[in-house]
Amino acid sequence: MKKTAIFLLLFLIPFLDPNSYHIEILATAALYALLALGLNIIVGFAGLLHLGYAAFFAIGAYTYALLNLRLGCPFWLGLPLGMGVAGVGGVLLGLPAVRVRGDYLAIVTLGFGEIVRIVVTNLEPWTGGPNGLLGIAHPVLGGFNFGVDSRPYYWLLLVLVGGIAWVCARLRRSRIGLAWAALREDELAARTLGINGTRLKLLALGLGGGIAGLAGAVFAAKQGTITPDSFDFILSVMILAMVILGGLGSVRGVILGAVVLSVLPELLQGFSTYRMLLFGIGMIGLMRLRPQGLLGISQIRRELQRAAS
Amino acid sequence: MRLLRIQRLTKRFGGLLALDRVSFDVERGKIVSLIGPNGAGKTTLFNCVTGVVRPETGSIRFGPESGETLEGCAPHQIAQFGIARTFQNIRLFSNLSVLENVLVGTYVRTKSGLLEALLPWGSGAHQEERWALDRCSRLLEQLDLISFANRLASALSYGQQRRLELARALASAPELVLLDEPAAGLTFQERQELMEFLQELKKQGLTILLIEHDMKVVMPISDWVVVLDYGAKIAEGPPKAVREDPRVIEAYLGSRSNG
Repeated sequence: MKKTAIFLLLFLIPFLDPNSYHIEILATAALYALLALGLNIIVGFAGLLHLGYAAFFAIGAYTYALLNLRLGCPFWLGLPLGMGVAGVGGVLLGLPAVRVRGDYLAIVTLGFGEIVRIVVTNLEPWTGGPNGLLGIAHPVLGGFNFGVDSRPYYWLLLVLVGGIAWVCARLRRSRIGLAWAALREDELAARTLGINGTRLKLLALGLGGGIAGLAGAVFAAKQGTITPDSFDFILSVMILAMVILGGLGSVRGVILGAVVLSVLPELLQGFSTYRMLLFGIGMIGLMRLRPQGLLGISQIRRELQRAAS
Repeated sequence: MRLLRIQRLTKRFGGLLALDRVSFDVERGKIVSLIGPNGAGKTTLFNCVTGVVRPETGSIRFGPESGETLEGCAPHQIAQFGIARTFQNIRLFSNLSVLENVLVGTYVRTKSGLLEALLPWGSGAHQEERWALDRCSRLLEQLDLISFANRLASALSYGQQRRLELARALASAPELVLLDEPAAGLTFQERQELMEFLQELKKQGLTILLIEHDMKVVMPISDWVVVLDYGAKIAEGPPKAVREDPRVIEAYLGSRSNG
């Protein structure tokens, strides 16, 4: 009930607040929330430290952009295709990566993230190189073109965030979610209990990658233009920061983390040059005071209490 | 009837011969103890049987007749055959609840996948979940942990953690369970309870292979004892015969000439 009410309220915001700048910020926050939810499956659920997550976002964006520009593929077909291609990308890049653990995995995934960005930059005949791709079609729904207005994108992203959050919450409580948690806590013990670690890690990478692909397709359709520098290492780090700040593994937490980290820099506009300095200090302070993230352990504790009663 | 057959099992770690052509059988429904001084290769043998390390040579067969070949299998496949284990240094999922730890044990006996997780109605997922919860609650009750079901595993006392690890292994409904020093660090009272529980499990038809240092635990409950020293089997037999074997006494106490 409460969730539905919050969802409806968020849905109505564009009617209550006609300021298009505010809606644009909210749409960006929702896009980040989608990315944070996807990365949370990989890092929070399965415990795989991934530093190249922006690569899947890029794969989704370029998949829709190319399908649209070359074949005239409509957005609503490009969306699942972008998700699928990025999901397959997650599994393929994961095949060599899941053989290593911890710090080494972080370095390998960082490498993959850069490889994807550099390939996109240099594959000029296809991707337009550093200039990117222009003129990607906006979504059209029943004759209504989304155009450049932020509101329809905000509504679309809100639906996607709601849907993916529901999927994540379900997954976390499922048999697979429990197996991920076991792998994250003690891989050896989990394996001796019959958990196929490699397969489950690839599943997490595939799902996480797919969600980034979904976000990428929406991003490409919204911007109409994409260039390789939209998918750099800083983006990967930013999404990871949202996941950790919000609370690793917590669905509500990572959404909150994404909203805070994407809205905060805008709220700090008034401090002009000191904006990012204050932002950094805020993050350090939060990690000192709440290392488990905004909705970290306390949420786990509440859930346990609910299970007990 | 034979359940596990280990033949000429050899494992080297660099220059160290951890297991040297070890062979023995484990009969179905028996409690077999593996004893020997520290560093004799007992845990390495467990690791070979559960697929955690790969032996250089030798064979491990599980099941009736020629059975499944275990050497070369991954740990999760071996678990699927029906072998579960505990660890010498307890390895629980410390940030999961006590109940969740045991639920992970039922993973091999359940099968709902991604789709069932998202569409649980109509599929067998609900039934399966109820079955797993039932099984786990029963195990927690038997091991006197039910009142801690929703606590974090790391909040348990040492003895409770040992019992939880045992419950988790049993939740997978194994045919053979390997216990690596289950009585280590337990109080006298807890040891007595453990011995009773193991005998109860044996009565239910479970086969137990046990590493244990405490002879007060090993002697009364074991049907068969295998003794390792420097990676090689030096004796095996019923507990009484092994206790009087001069080679065993020498391995444990050192020979008179150098003592």
